[in-house]
Amino acid sequence: MRSKFIHRFALAVCFTALLAVFCAAPLLHSQGGEPQYFAIRGAKVFPVSGPPIENAIIVIARGLITAIGKDIAIPPEAWVVDGKGLTVYPGLVDSFTDVGIPVAPTASGEGGPRRSQEGARGPEDRPASTPWRSAADEVSLSDKRIETWRSGGFTTVVSAPKGGIFPGQAAVLDLAGERAGDLVVKSPVAIPVVFQTSGGFGGGFPSSIMGVLAYVHQVWLDMDWSIKAQATYEKNLRSSARPRYDRTEAALAEALEDHALVLIPANNSIQIRRAIELVDRWSVKGAIYGGQMAYEVAPEIAAKKLSVLVNLKWPEAEKDADPEDKPSLRMLRFRDRAPSSPAALAKAGVRFAFYSGGITAPKDALKAAKKSIDAGLAPDAALRALTLSAAEIFGVADRLGSLESGKIANLVVTDGDLFEEKTKIKMVFVDGHKFEVHEPEKPKDPPKGDISGKWKLSYTTPDGPEDSTADFAMDKDGTISGTVTSKRGTASVITGYLSVDKFSFTINILLEGSPADVTFSGTFDGTSLKGSISVQGFSLDFTGVKPTNNSTAAATVLRGAP
Amino acid sequence: VKSPSRFFINAKNLRFLSLLNLCFLYLPLAVAATPPDAPSVILIQNATIFTVSHGTIEHGSILIKDGKIAEVGQTINAPKDAKVIDGAGQFVIPGIIDCHSHIAAESINEGSVSVSSIVNMAEILNPEDIDIYRDLAGGVTSANILHGSANSIGGQTLVIKLRWGLPAAKLPFEGALPGIKFALGENPKRSNFSVPGQPRRYPSTRMGVEETIRGAFSEARDYKKAWEDYNKRFTAGEKSLIPPRRDLRLEPLVEVLEGKRYVHSHCYREDEILMLLRVAKEFGFKVRTFQHVLEGYKVADELAAAGVGASTFSDWWAYKVEAYDAIPYNAALMTRRGVVVSINSDDAEEATHLNQEAAKSMKFGGLSHDEALKMVTINPAMQLGIEKRVGTIDVGKDADLAIYNRDPLSAYAVVQKTMIDGRVYFDRQRDIAERSELEKEKKTLIDKFKKAAEKKSEDKKPDATVPIGQKPAEKIPEVKKPEEKKPEEKPKPPQSSGTDSSAAAVRPGGVL
Repeated sequence: MRSKFIHRFALAVCFTALLAVFCAAPLLHSQGGEPQYFAIRGAKVFPVSGPPIENAIIVIARGLITAIGKDIAIPPEAWVVDGKGLTVYPGLVDSFTDVGIPVAPTASGEGGPRRSQEGARGPEDRPASTPWRSAADEVSLSDKRIETWRSGGFTTVVSAPKGGIFPGQAAVLDLAGERAGDLVVKSPVAIPVVFQTSGGFGGGFPSSIMGVLAYVHQVWLDMDWSIKAQATYEKNLRSSARPRYDRTEAALAEALEDHALVLIPANNSIQIRRAIELVDRWSVKGAIYGGQMAYEVAPEIAAKKLSVLVNLKWPEAEKDADPEDKPSLRMLRFRDRAPSSPAALAKAGVRFAFYSGGITAPKDALKAAKKSIDAGLAPDAALRALTLSAAEIFGVADRLGSLESGKIANLVVTDGDLFEEKTKIKMVFVDGHKFEVHEPEKPKDPPKGDISGKWKLSYTTPDGPEDSTADFAMDKDGTISGTVTSKRGTASVITGYLSVDKFSFTINILLEGSPADVTFSGTFDGTSLKGSISVQGFSLDFTGVKPTNNSTAAATVLRGAP
Repeated sequence: VKSPSRFFINAKNLRFLSLLNLCFLYLPLAVAATPPDAPSVILIQNATIFTVSHGTIEHGSILIKDGKIAEVGQTINAPKDAKVIDGAGQFVIPGIIDCHSHIAAESINEGSVSVSSIVNMAEILNPEDIDIYRDLAGGVTSANILHGSANSIGGQTLVIKLRWGLPAAKLPFEGALPGIKFALGENPKRSNFSVPGQPRRYPSTRMGVEETIRGAFSEARDYKKAWEDYNKRFTAGEKSLIPPRRDLRLEPLVEVLEGKRYVHSHCYREDEILMLLRVAKEFGFKVRTFQHVLEGYKVADELAAAGVGASTFSDWWAYKVEAYDAIPYNAALMTRRGVVVSINSDDAEEATHLNQEAAKSMKFGGLSHDEALKMVTINPAMQLGIEKRVGTIDVGKDADLAIYNRDPLSAYAVVQKTMIDGRVYFDRQRDIAERSELEKEKKTLIDKFKKAAEKKSEDKKPDATVPIGQKPAEKIPEVKKPEEKKPEEKPKPPQSSGTDSSAAAVRPGGVL
């Protein structure tokens, strides 16, 4: 009975999905249809907050985990996932990134620097400071990395705007939602500081690391002064001149009042020791980011009770480095020992979490975490650094970071140990929304011909004939990337290949807040495409030709593109 | 002939700025092994001791207890628990003090503004700078770490001890008064450093330099007064006052006015030297040292009368317009007129043979052996206000010593051991012994990475197995400290047998 129901239900979902691709998708969103109740049955579960549970049941309802354990009743409305052979982890957290925040707007604003166009003449010009920028305000669903990281098991990120000494305020974001605001879990959670110089002659103050430090010292002093001066002024309006408003001071004061952590860059021992002193001098709640030489100074960090965000992008020799450029022994030791830093931090009792630090593929981030396991970190400590510890550091452990009843239903379901390279992520839950993860298909044989370039794709939906355009690039091995543009928008090819004359490519569109894969497959005869489009079981025939310059049809389609 | 480029402190400016542009999180490049613990009692026996304060003791002994000199004399019986260093045929001098150094720092100039008193060298010390170790190998034990000379008023400075292997927090010379760098003449007016297309920074004349300094001190005087007024009214019971805003740029200048911070001023010409003395008099502060002060011999009487120290070069001249009147007799002439004179390095390499630089004043100007030695020991100590702690070999002073195999004023003298607080931070024999081990470790690591890289590239083949959309891991570009361009091939130090024949391996710290 159940399976028949599910089948019919799925069929309905697929049909709407198909319509949504090519028809009026926004209209269908409001009609609902995505299941809100799930139960994963029979999986091995790592709650992180407690010991692993074999053969467990997790119940998810309306975005939250409502029950977890061995003998749990599965509510009748739940969509049951057979978890046999699967492992469930809390959704992974990238503790410091800018995923979700696509472009940095230029820094300017009222109450800000006096002369934003020219080089700053001193701290009073507030160089490279935009602490009022907020990740929460700048989240955009158009950032393709949201899906990349979600598919890699990262349900949550701590994202901050980029650029400058005080780039802005970081927020905890969940990586799924219909609207940008759905992603925001908590904001602000941190004020990153970047020791960035103006770039030298003519670039204005500060042009040196000591200048940056002096500037930041002065900003904190100014902020304190403003708070006190304003309070004094409010009490005695007629006895003194009005303190001036300064946007930098106001934004920082407000964020610190919200208990935002000040993130201080410190990768090597010198920088880490300096950061320890800076936390005292600034008298802020601080944490270190970088931390790759913590193997030398972990006990000192522990003594200060500072948390560390460890950069997973381990130091490596520069690719194609000048062979004459011999690295120093100090550098070689650093490359060798950096991945042992997490183990040293764990041993010293320091709370730490991992961040991607410029790694672009989530799989590589997990590989890098595995390196620290190989260098002595206990696997459960590595898992904790990717989940609960991150949540604790940023003050959201009350709502996510572990698999517990009442917490946000952020889960990663795999077919094995998270840190094993061959392990595949099968599905991801973000705020209780289920995302299937499809392994990208690989071309078996070398391609025959070249599919790259612009295409016009034609097909007939139940509503009548329709066109869309595709723009492909193809690697030598047949891997296809690019975009497909229909009347309602553009989607990137998430996986695609051409193997001899067989092609397949998949795009992903958001449907009911939940993405649906649309796969085009068929044969390529060197000049045209012929095959079928499939959306979760449904299929349609389509043809593709290269648009000619004088083709009016192509022109129409192009005009229709956003 | 020395290339002028090395004299331009602001060539360092360029170098460091570009370095910082590349990456402000640059990684240390040297290996600083923790120095061996010092035995609490050490006896140096049978050495020639140049005390600097009270003559030379042939076949003398120095007893060190807990890092301090406990006894100096002809014969001292070794206490039971003493570690004895046989000084037969060796020469001991007080550790050399370099009054003008730019080592051990992550940045040198905050060149963006004409008054950069807000920055502090103490905050960006780099204890892993290999130049610390190389200076130690030249007998240097303390150094005055100065901001560069790009600005009329530069950053805050400090004196450090070269405690190689210890963290930055252990470097500052305890109790030494902090300083601030001033600069006069061509550098702060940016005569030689304009960038095409960039507006020239004020000031661009010596008049402007004077005005900049006067302007800054006028502000500092007002700032000081604002705080004094506030404190007075606050103590008088006015509680609803808004205090002045703290200004980290002016606070060090107030300290100068209050005599709590030394002024070390870079200068060349007599006119600018006299100018700063006038400005200092007007604002009521003292100049502690004039640095370089190559025309100091023209105004030696004025310097002596003002009680200002002069820290100069041995024999560098004519490398820029304002150095045309420099003469190698400068140090001797000033000394003869009663100025406390030191010879400084201003350069990491030069600092490794300050003993020879001092010796040149015996040829140029006929100073005595002891007078020459003083110029790199007690004189810089007096200039930096640390003469009660270091600079001579006397009972009660810090056991900061350099032991040579020959008279240190000989060109053949090579440092055997350098000690700070009774702890051996450089030992030539230890350095030589450790080289092969360090080379081995280096080779092992290089091989290991090479193997890993080969394995990785094998795993990557064929390319088709790389998951779609997954880029190969990007590498972090490592920032390399650009190798300083040496103007000329330096004579290679004598090579010990059995070690690698490359110059780098023989140089102290070359392996690292």
